[in-house]
Amino acid sequence: MKKRLDVLVCGGAACIASHSQDFKNRLIEVVKDHDLEDEINIIETGCMGPCELGPVMVVYPDGAFYIRLKPEYAQRIVEEHFLKGRPVEEFLWQAPEARKIVEEKRQIPFFEKQHKVVLENCGRIDPENLNEYIGNDGYQALARCLTEMTPDVVIDTVTSSGLRGRGGAGFPTGLKWKLARRSAGDVKYVVCNADEGDPGAFMDRAILEGDPHSVIEGMAISGFAVGASRGFVYVRAEYPLAVRRLRRALEQAREAGLLGESILESDFSFDLEIRIGAGAFVCGEETALMASVEGHRGMPSPKPPYPSEQGLWEKPTVINNVETLANLRHIILKGAEWFAAMGTAKSKGTKVFALSGNVTNTGLVEVPMGITLREIVYDVGGGIPGNKALKAVQTGGPSGGCIPAEHLDTPIDYESLAELGSIMGSGGLIVLDEDNCMVNMAKFFLEFCVEESCGQCSPCRIGLKQMLRVLERITRGEGRLEDLDDLERMAGTIKATSLCGLGQSAPNPVLSTLKYFRDEYEAHIREKRCPALVCTDLITYTILADKCTGCTACARKCPVNAISGEVKKIHVIDQGICIHCGACFEACKFDAIERR
Amino acid sequence: MFHTEAHAPENRHYEQLREFIREQIDKPGPLIQVLHRAQEIFGYLPMEVQDFVAREMNIPHSEVYSVVTFYNFFRTEPIGDHIINVCLGTACHVKGAQLILDALADELDIHVGGTTEDRFFTLSTARCFGACGLAPAMMIDEEVYGKLTVDKARKAIREFRKTTEKK
Amino acid sequence: MKLEDLKKIREKHQKDMILRDGDARVRVVVGMGTSGIAAGARETLRAFLEEIEKRNIADVIVTQAGERGLSSHEPIVTVLEKSKPNIVYGNVTADVARKIVAEHIVNGSPLSDYVLEVSE
Ligand SMILES: Cc1cc2nc3c(=O)[nH]c(=O)nc-3n(C[C@H](O)[C@H](O)[C@H](O)COP(=O)(O)O)c2cc1C
Ligand code: FES
Repeated sequence: MKKRLDVLVCGGAACIASHSQDFKNRLIEVVKDHDLEDEINIIETGCMGPCELGPVMVVYPDGAFYIRLKPEYAQRIVEEHFLKGRPVEEFLWQAPEARKIVEEKRQIPFFEKQHKVVLENCGRIDPENLNEYIGNDGYQALARCLTEMTPDVVIDTVTSSGLRGRGGAGFPTGLKWKLARRSAGDVKYVVCNADEGDPGAFMDRAILEGDPHSVIEGMAISGFAVGASRGFVYVRAEYPLAVRRLRRALEQAREAGLLGESILESDFSFDLEIRIGAGAFVCGEETALMASVEGHRGMPSPKPPYPSEQGLWEKPTVINNVETLANLRHIILKGAEWFAAMGTAKSKGTKVFALSGNVTNTGLVEVPMGITLREIVYDVGGGIPGNKALKAVQTGGPSGGCIPAEHLDTPIDYESLAELGSIMGSGGLIVLDEDNCMVNMAKFFLEFCVEESCGQCSPCRIGLKQMLRVLERITRGEGRLEDLDDLERMAGTIKATSLCGLGQSAPNPVLSTLKYFRDEYEAHIREKRCPALVCTDLITYTILADKCTGCTACARKCPVNAISGEVKKIHVIDQGICIHCGACFEACKFDAIERR
Repeated sequence: MFHTEAHAPENRHYEQLREFIREQIDKPGPLIQVLHRAQEIFGYLPMEVQDFVAREMNIPHSEVYSVVTFYNFFRTEPIGDHIINVCLGTACHVKGAQLILDALADELDIHVGGTTEDRFFTLSTARCFGACGLAPAMMIDEEVYGKLTVDKARKAIREFRKTTEKK
Repeated sequence: MKLEDLKKIREKHQKDMILRDGDARVRVVVGMGTSGIAAGARETLRAFLEEIEKRNIADVIVTQAGERGLSSHEPIVTVLEKSKPNIVYGNVTADVARKIVAEHIVNGSPLSDYVLEVSE
């Protein structure tokens, strides 16, 4: 019969010399004392190898490896391990480096420069277990608000912390709340903006997935401060996991009485509802978002009136971003001074950035405001793979701009990024290297905004489309030098006259690349050349006569039969037919095709 | 163009939707959530379904139509059993998402937006699932696949088909 | 819930009590955010559960969490042990997961090649 445990005691010569028999005999006795003979199989084996560590013993199925055993250890091993299933650690073998790791490998630089506040719980606690959140001071801040603070004190605390909205514009959160609190009316709403539309930002998703209660608690605090008893979380449909975790968290909070009537026996009642977006970038803009929550097309509306006066269903409404909300509990618990001590003169606290693109370590990075881009890209991000040169860092997504390498040492906050022609945005940081074409990037963002324009106002609907046409022309090699001035002029008009933030900021990627990378635009226009070899129409493929072996591989791959030549003779590409697809370049095994 | 003919109430899908609408109707602004549910049930939102929603919610069909056509997420054409969304967000764009998309179009022998002949896959695009750190990325139904190469993407959809068809 | 209840739960689940059930010696936390799952965290989780079951180890619990941030090194797994520093591993494929069980959890020797961070 198979027994529960197999215990292999080494009976090799070396172990016997170090008295393995004494240990084995004692072990057999103890096993007998505990009536375990039917469950435990003690076997003597031949030499296991690590003789200098003898006597040794291995226990299966778990595989625990004991060394330097003495008869007096038998009692504990049987009681702890054989009976309760816990190997006795101090008698186990440990690789020599085991302890060293703990001393040497404290941290890789990715973690070292970070300062986790908002992300503290992410990746550590079980997001589906309310108790773990509470164990990490969860809902303590709400409790403090309800028992020790008045709404005005809460607003004052948030105001003096210097917290500014993390959703893009950086509006002071305390001030926004004050305005909403002052607005007349009994019914008010709070809304969490979890639309995270910037393609390249994912901090809000990570917070909702990893620490959903921190957002719920933040919303309850803001509801208490402004006098709202109802809230909405607007989450984008592309985040199914975040929606699931948030749903679960809401249920738990309700069950525990942390949402609902008379929370923690106070007279504050508050509850939340999830609204799922339906794939429209403009719905991240607050007035469009409210239209969407109400169930309509997500069309922005002119401000004023501001949401704090007339928002959802024309009631005073506070809209805050996920990361903004997740900061609140820390500010309430640790105090406004603690928060204000981090960051720069006008931008306090930490900011989470989503680092991606051509960088070694990609992911979410939480750093104090005022750190430089260089520190983020090189220290935290580990630099550019393949020793390539950094060309620019794109920040702020479709509303932002590209910051060139020469400005990497600027300390980043809301103001400094704006000065450089970009914005903080939601915190997406995309690293571009020498293989990225800046004209192509500008075109990419413009295409995005053209697709996402709601079409309500003409500067955005028509103007952006015209700008895109010009860019398309340039990337096809049909541009004119005047186009560049035209682009700048159109950009100015669109920025000045669009109805909402989408149109007002959509020209930014074009403007910032024109400002810093005009030479690349000019190369496309004057020399009909894409220096980064990205714009397909401008790439020329030619066959190098001295390397071509006439293997015909390229000619067979060419989808338009532009390559001619006989077997074992030099081949030629007919440039008039070539569509620049690069299939021949991939197919050639002799590096005989040149790409320029 | 609009179907006005009442749908047989025994139709189980319409019943399901009707029930959901009943639960939601008293909540403020429920239309988008109702359309989400309808798309989950029917796979897409043809005129008949939009019309049904309008009647059940007692709102003009034009309002339903205006919302359906505004949002990218709502479809008025049927799709295959499984949908592949290749991300064309910024991070994925920089990491060569277009090559992945082209390869999958080639692998499945369909255009972007198209459905395979056996109606198994529809190939579509999206703007960011928040997996930017693992760019380029794609999603098959609700599962995200990251750090793709052309070969990995091709293999992933072949394996997906194999394991799904076995079930 | 009352204020006292909140306090009680908090005390019971404090940071250093992460190994809540007195029985557990080790807790394995698998990062199961979108990034983790996209990098294969489901297989990693399964490998841990299978390996622990196969070896019949009683005092290990496996739980899930969101993501720690370092997407490029997902799947990321943290091993917490009573009165020892926490060890964060990166690139934990199913194979690495099985090795972590055998070498780290059973025999107390962390796998240095995969360690990203050691923290208190
Ligand atoms: C086109 C556009 C898209 C936006 N997208 C988002 C978004 O996805 N998430 C977000 O939090 N804010 C977004 N905003 C900013 C919001 O309008 C609003 O300022 C923000 O949610 C306020 O919250 P905060 O003060 O906490 O930052 C966007 C703005 C514009 C103009
Ligand atoms: S840009 Fe593709 S997942 Fe974010």
